[in-house]
Amino acid sequence: MDWQAFTISFQLGLATVAVLLPLGVLVGRWLAYSEFRGKAFVETLFALPLVLPPTVLGYYLLVAFGKASPLGQVWASLTGNSLVFSFEGLLLASIIVNLPFAIQPMQRAFEAIPQDVRDAASVSGLTALAALRRIEIPLAWPGILTGLTLTFAHTLGEFGVVLMVGGSIPGETRTAAIAIYDRVQAFDERGAGLMAAVLLVISLLALGFTAMLSRKAGGRRG
Amino acid sequence: MNRRVFLLSGVAGLASRAAVAQAHRPVRVACAADLKFAMDEVAEAFRRETGQAVEPVYGSSGNFRRQIAQGAPFEMFFSADESFVFALADERLTIDRGALYAIGRVVIAIPTGSPLKADPSLFDLGAALRDGRLGRFAIANPEHAPYGRAAEQALRHQGLWEAIRTRLVLGENVAQAAQFAMGGGAQGGIIAQSLALAPQLARLGSHALIPAEWHEPLRQRMALLRSATPTAHAFYDYVQSTPARALFHRYGFVLPGE
Repeated sequence: MDWQAFTISFQLGLATVAVLLPLGVLVGRWLAYSEFRGKAFVETLFALPLVLPPTVLGYYLLVAFGKASPLGQVWASLTGNSLVFSFEGLLLASIIVNLPFAIQPMQRAFEAIPQDVRDAASVSGLTALAALRRIEIPLAWPGILTGLTLTFAHTLGEFGVVLMVGGSIPGETRTAAIAIYDRVQAFDERGAGLMAAVLLVISLLALGFTAMLSRKAGGRRG
Repeated sequence: MNRRVFLLSGVAGLASRAAVAQAHRPVRVACAADLKFAMDEVAEAFRRETGQAVEPVYGSSGNFRRQIAQGAPFEMFFSADESFVFALADERLTIDRGALYAIGRVVIAIPTGSPLKADPSLFDLGAALRDGRLGRFAIANPEHAPYGRAAEQALRHQGLWEAIRTRLVLGENVAQAAQFAMGGGAQGGIIAQSLALAPQLARLGSHALIPAEWHEPLRQRMALLRSATPTAHAFYDYVQSTPARALFHRYGFVLPGE
């Protein structure tokens, strides 16, 4: 049983959620309320990680983060480390991979707020920021929470991108999903089975938790 | 409020990671997958003797060669094929051209209950191909795993390569090939002797040594990378010491100078 790998997975999941909460709210709200030329293209771009094979995404990220890339060079000159095969590189990849999981539920939740509620807020003299904080986010909260839970659960399960961008470096990029693969190769069926069961339970709990919360929030609203 | 809790936990996660990175961390060593069980024992013996920790990470030598060129945080590289070490040395990523630490051998490994026989001449494998006894046969991917290349050369030597190609299941490295071969997914495979001799695998079936002349020698070379700490240097010396050589010997490796 590789507890270190679970720690890495949780840290990766929490850090991804911490970045995608503000980013998802901003982008989701923007896409919900703005009409502009090329909106369909932007939405397609954000949805791409849903349908791309993880290895395709992993390949492009490896090229984009690598030593020869501009991003990789800037990172190396700032930190002295390489971006690929590091936790920070993995986090960046995880944020990109999870964009649709965070943005889409949040966008739907903002879209579901009736226009007259938003009009009332603006007529009452609330600034855009106050309306977001006091009206929109409380109403969109179930969708926001769903986005975050999906992001967290998906981060725990991501395999292909992690393997390509992260390698399998213990204490750095070996997540629980990768550790299970390693345990099987090491003929450690017991370790693999135990870790798989833990991941299964966590996923069930995460989804059950969102279902419960969104039912609560829905009840209050109605 | 919830937003703050989420943000704080994310920040706390990153901070705790930084703290762990600052603290004493074991020497990370990239190891060819054929070393899986042998190197665990060598690292454990080193820890008992010196109190310092070495953490072996296993994979295919070809992948490690690429990862190290990309800046993967290893201090030492044990390759199953010395050409990968020489390539990194030419790119000035290792401190020198390293040292030969072992010469590997391949075996045909057959799980208990398989219709195949552990026949070192591979005649039975050829017969099984013709009479339909063979379903799947596991080797490591010859494109980047040295043991996969040795397996391909041995199969070619016996004129079986073309016929067996559609039956092959390729492991990403030789440890995965061994898992495929002995874990019940295939009727057998050509894998590293060092893996077949490990108790975890030995109890699953039988194996037989394939003649060394049927493939290019698996000259395994190690080298320290530029980031190597004093502990890594000490481990480099330890691998060439008598106790470590005895351990490698037990796993069927031919040692330099023998």
